[in-house]
Amino acid sequence: MTDALAGVVASPRAWVAIVVIGVVTYGIRLSFIHLFGRIDGVPTRVQRPLRYVPPAVLAALVLPDLVTLRPSVAATLLDERLIAGAVAGAVAWRTENVFATIATGMVTLWLFRFVVFA
Amino acid sequence: MARSVLDEDLLAGVRDVSPLMLGIAPFALVAGIATVDAGLGLAEAVGMSVIVFAGASQLAALELLGENAPLAVVVGTAVVINLRMLMYSASIAPHFADYGRRLRAGLAYLLTDQAYALSVAEFDENPDRSRWRYYLGAAASLWIVWQIGTVAGVVLGAGVPDAWGLTFAVPLVFLALLVPAMKDRPTTVAGVAGGTVAVVAAGLPLNLGLLVGALCGIAAGLVTEVTAS
Repeated sequence: MTDALAGVVASPRAWVAIVVIGVVTYGIRLSFIHLFGRIDGVPTRVQRPLRYVPPAVLAALVLPDLVTLRPSVAATLLDERLIAGAVAGAVAWRTENVFATIATGMVTLWLFRFVVFA
Repeated sequence: MARSVLDEDLLAGVRDVSPLMLGIAPFALVAGIATVDAGLGLAEAVGMSVIVFAGASQLAALELLGENAPLAVVVGTAVVINLRMLMYSASIAPHFADYGRRLRAGLAYLLTDQAYALSVAEFDENPDRSRWRYYLGAAASLWIVWQIGTVAGVVLGAGVPDAWGLTFAVPLVFLALLVPAMKDRPTTVAGVAGGTVAVVAAGLPLNLGLLVGALCGIAAGLVTEVTAS
């Protein structure tokens, strides 16, 4: 029995996170779709800061993966991740295509990791 | 006869969403690979893709789970990332207002950046469309591709050497979403400020650098908007 249970609940921490994130996210999705009719649109005070959530959050997710201030800024600037990120960023800007961005970024990373800096 | 008209709206949604799959499929693959990378398995990958069904937050949660961050930080980060859906919910709600409570509850589950953007554009352009059928065609297609891609990522992810740095695709996906999100001066300032603060604050415990960066970015965007007007 314990073996079977271990298989199902192999990572209780992860499952708690999955369920809580899922429930809260569903609540966010449902919010206005459910409420509509009881209120007249979204209050401006809510709408204005929400506009800046996507760029602020996404940038805060991306940049620390491309740039680190440790051990030194100079080492970071020569890091293949920053170079690959910069090239991918340019492609994202020109094409707004997710696939092209991922492909260019990965190929640039491999080029520098396995050829240039090898 | 009515039947074929109904199907037409559903199929229009499927057709319009199909070019986007070129971006969604690799994104889903990365979500599967990131699950393996975080030390989790197929059950967790599918569980997350079905229960959460929001790519950017899934990737962030997986990264934090892999780093053994406290649960409150994992959940808090994912929720902050998904807050933008409040905007989508508000914006699409008038289109669904005439439908029953149960149908609306189901439609809400499928709400994503892509399904929202496509549907609202189509409703504006083509008011005769059955709203829920068009939306369902687009949103359910995304759901199916997302689940298949996640499973494929788990299967492939286990066999790829670390040196390939496949998890680097995670920041690349976010980058691809970030660039179009910076569409005017205030949103650009929000992104630059959020990213810069996050880099400086990267050493903070509990991965708080991300939240501090995001909050500073939002504040910077608001300040820019106010000073410009």
